[in-house]
Amino acid sequence: MTIDWPAFTPWAALAGGALIGAAAAMFVLLNGRIAGISGIVGGLLRPVRGDVAWRLAFVAGLVAAPMAYAAFAQWPRPQIDAGYVALVAAGLLVGVGTRYASGCTSGHGVCGLSRMSPRSLAATALFMGAGFLTVFLMRHLLDL
Amino acid sequence: MTVFTSFLAGLVFGLGLIVSGMANPAKVLGFLDLGGRWDPSLAFVMGGAIAVGAVAFAVARRRTRSFLGAAMRLPAAGAVDRRLAAGSVLFGIGWGVAGFCPGPGLVAAGMGEMKALAFVAAMLAGMMGYELIERRRSVAADLPGAAADSAQ
Repeated sequence: MTIDWPAFTPWAALAGGALIGAAAAMFVLLNGRIAGISGIVGGLLRPVRGDVAWRLAFVAGLVAAPMAYAAFAQWPRPQIDAGYVALVAAGLLVGVGTRYASGCTSGHGVCGLSRMSPRSLAATALFMGAGFLTVFLMRHLLDL
Repeated sequence: MTVFTSFLAGLVFGLGLIVSGMANPAKVLGFLDLGGRWDPSLAFVMGGAIAVGAVAFAVARRRTRSFLGAAMRLPAAGAVDRRLAAGSVLFGIGWGVAGFCPGPGLVAAGMGEMKALAFVAAMLAGMMGYELIERRRSVAADLPGAAADSAQ
């Protein structure tokens, strides 16, 4: 394994991570809920009275984040190398997978590990392992 | 009030994703590429988030109501079952294909990136597919609400 030192940004990663943790902290301490994005979004597809507004508000906050960031600096443009076919396939897998898993990187990876949930630890190990293998396969074996 | 704090939590979460570089799929894939030139940043993002989150959840665990009086809804401890395992593997494959998970997909969509919008649309379709499969299954098995709750 070679570390990509120029790409490695430990301080920005820690600072951004602390903000993510602060958001999860705020959400559980004020709203009493887990900041799990797949669960919040997925719940909108099974609407229950009185349970829609806060979900929409959270998603609106996420989508508005670049605008808020732009008040201080231009946001760094994401580099999306995958083509549209791959993006649609990935989206379908992420959509179905996170709902069966009852969580994604935020709900299991951040909140679940923060509360030392065994289910979240298993989920995180599995989706990270699958992610490592998929990238290895695509980049180093199939050369996609 | 909780609707406003929900917006604020989403906003701060999204800012964290931008600051950490995780709204950029190329950076996420740099972490997932153990066989190439590896960028360990994502591990530091999770470390930073968990360090802050662990304190908050330790406080939350001892409460039945949030500081705004909302019911504390923490998921009950459950077993690691096939649904969790299979779902996590499918999610991980999708994550590895494009470098997007749900949060960063939504944030990048908020940047007006067409490719992120395509990912989010497909993700919503996948989630809808789950709803339809589960609805059909719960009708077939005659078990009302057999579908899992949305909580983690």
